[in-house]
Amino acid sequence: MNNDQPAISIADTVAKGLRRRRAAEIRLRIYGIAAISFVLMALVVLLGSIVSKGISAFQQTHIAVLVNFDREKIDPAGSGKIEDLRRGDYDGIARNSMRAAFPGVSGRRNRRALGKMISSGAGDQLREMVMANPNLIGTRQRVWLLASDEIDMLNKGYARRKPDGSATKVSRRQVAWYDALVVKGAVERHLNWRFLTGGDSREPEQAGVWAAVVGSALTMIITLMLAFPLGVAAAIYLQEFAPKNRWTDIIEVNINNLAAVPSIVFGLLGLTVILGFFGLPRSTPLVGGIVLALMTLPTVIIASRAALMSVPPSIREAARGLGASSSQVVFHHVLPLAMPGIMTGTIIGMARALGETAPLLMIGMVAFIVDVPSKFEDAATVLPVQIYLWADSPERGFVEKTAAATMILLVFLLAMNAAAILLRKKFERKW
Amino acid sequence: MLKASPTWGRILIIVGLAVGAFASPAQARDQIKIVGSSTVFPFSTAVAEKFARSYRKFKAPVVESTGSGGGLKLFCAGLGVRHPDITNASRRIKTSEIKRCAKNGVTKIIEIKIGYDGIVLANSKKSAQMKISLRHLYLALAKVVPEGGKEGGKLVPNPYKRWSQIDPSLPNVRIEVLGPPPTSGTRDAFVELAMENGCKTFAHLNAIKKREGKRKFKAVCHGIREDGHWIDAGENDNLIVQKLEANPNAFGVFGYGFLDQNDDKVQGAIVGGTSPTFENIAAQKYPVSRSMYFYVKKAHVGRIPGIKEYLAEFTSEKAWGPDGYLGEKGLIPMPKAERARFRNAGKKLQTLRD
Repeated sequence: MNNDQPAISIADTVAKGLRRRRAAEIRLRIYGIAAISFVLMALVVLLGSIVSKGISAFQQTHIAVLVNFDREKIDPAGSGKIEDLRRGDYDGIARNSMRAAFPGVSGRRNRRALGKMISSGAGDQLREMVMANPNLIGTRQRVWLLASDEIDMLNKGYARRKPDGSATKVSRRQVAWYDALVVKGAVERHLNWRFLTGGDSREPEQAGVWAAVVGSALTMIITLMLAFPLGVAAAIYLQEFAPKNRWTDIIEVNINNLAAVPSIVFGLLGLTVILGFFGLPRSTPLVGGIVLALMTLPTVIIASRAALMSVPPSIREAARGLGASSSQVVFHHVLPLAMPGIMTGTIIGMARALGETAPLLMIGMVAFIVDVPSKFEDAATVLPVQIYLWADSPERGFVEKTAAATMILLVFLLAMNAAAILLRKKFERKW
Repeated sequence: MLKASPTWGRILIIVGLAVGAFASPAQARDQIKIVGSSTVFPFSTAVAEKFARSYRKFKAPVVESTGSGGGLKLFCAGLGVRHPDITNASRRIKTSEIKRCAKNGVTKIIEIKIGYDGIVLANSKKSAQMKISLRHLYLALAKVVPEGGKEGGKLVPNPYKRWSQIDPSLPNVRIEVLGPPPTSGTRDAFVELAMENGCKTFAHLNAIKKREGKRKFKAVCHGIREDGHWIDAGENDNLIVQKLEANPNAFGVFGYGFLDQNDDKVQGAIVGGTSPTFENIAAQKYPVSRSMYFYVKKAHVGRIPGIKEYLAEFTSEKAWGPDGYLGEKGLIPMPKAERARFRNAGKKLQTLRD
């Protein structure tokens, strides 16, 4: 019979099919690359828009004027005591120095408009200078005073100049004075230390992010201190020691369900139990940390169990074979090998906790807080809450502050992840 | 088995320490706690900051934005360091709230009116300024309206899709209004001041209150349409301003402060023949304006440091006066006599019903 026929036809079919399969293979790769490039593009757009909006917040406009540290205004009684110097009329000195720069300006309205060009924080700036060096009293110094947020917006190009010579929130006269100062070289943008080291303010030019950074750090410390040991202990017991019966099944299902509970529910729990029953103080990192720990706990338990499960049974058997007890097996052999996985899980949970605002709303951490917290029981807010509060403020100057605070939040998150990766590298073992 | 490893012990100690923090009792407070309306929040925080600057010995008050109703609920929960000292409200305290306060021992409440706020209907400056009466505004946004927009008409679901269908003088564009959600105090005020008063211009709807009771009246006059012509835009008024800029045909509902800060981008509609300007709201000519208040527990004065000084700062001319710093934040000041009256009430710690 004809033996060649089927052999040729198989080769043909294979050859035909081969092209199709290769094409499918290439298509799949293209889909993959397209998906990744889409995600990358989204990331670039997101970061790009945040950075382009926020970068200007790290600099603040200052106006240079000759300040007369008038003894009459600072220390009218002439006592020279530091407490008396603190109470001096520094706002008046700041206003007077602006008037001295434009001696031709007269009339109450005009003088007010001139004074409005510098920030209401300029007086505090002068007070701090005098506090640091009382010898300044009676001298004249050229000082870079903080400009008001309207002038800052004009300087950064966010305020639109109108055809009639005025600009958004800046009158025609103020624009003219501003332009005159620019010509004299008396307007400069300096690094915004206040933003990086100060607390919140209602004035955009004086608002700082540091109180929120510290609040976030304090809250995260409490969360980590509670969620990590409790979560790992629960996972070890459930995975290594607990008998497999209906009770442990119920517990397991419940833990998995808890991981999917909306975060606001934990806030309600915090409100009724931690604030209501235990009576802990409202608006504090202590309470915020506890609530976020409860929220993070299921994530840590699930990740830790998965990590423990992935340790090969041969390790346990070998340790047992050498006479180790159950707890020695776990703590000397299994846990160290599972540690990298446990840490990954913990950091995922912590990252989620860092970005939460909803549960904190219920326990009063969504609040205006000026002072930088120093204890777990101080009133504090956290970075995402600060971002939310600024995004909600009417002043134009807060737009860039909002974006800049988002940048700080991202840096905080990256630092946290980097720490986790370093620790993981240290603990990682291969088998 | 557990004793075999030192690690367990270490973990237990850490957990114990963390849990031990639970047990620490609530301590005396050295910081004023303020809760309440999100509308008063910008003013309250500005005062809190100035207060902290002028008195170095006091810590800056903590101000929380909980809404007027939520704030009064917290405020009335009791006396003592665990409860707030002051609550802000964008409306007056209700009798039911005074009763609830009294039940929890909060009997002496100092009331301070701080000024006015206007609610504006605004659109992008790229479009023409709108002129609208309260009656037409009600017809455009209510859930149910009298048939044909006529006196005595049967109530039907709102049929209007374009402004010009209500009245030819209004623009021929789709009705699209972005406004605050039902949880907001601004929404409450808008409904009470604009919708209700517009509704009352129909004699037969106004009669419902007497004939069929308050509840039915509210259902008719307070209902806002849910068919996509009114859009709940969240509490973020900045976002509404951005959306109005992008869509010149849309309108937005928000507080006067945002109009004032963004007057290069948006303009306020003339409502009932009056435009929403500083002067008109201060003179209470503009129909959609409301008073703002804050309430202080007299029993806390002297216990929590700084309350008297905070009151003095808030009621000083440099704060709430015509040229004060609160004016820059969008507060519309009260007339001089009224300011003097409430400043006095603050100084003398006059309580409600005194």
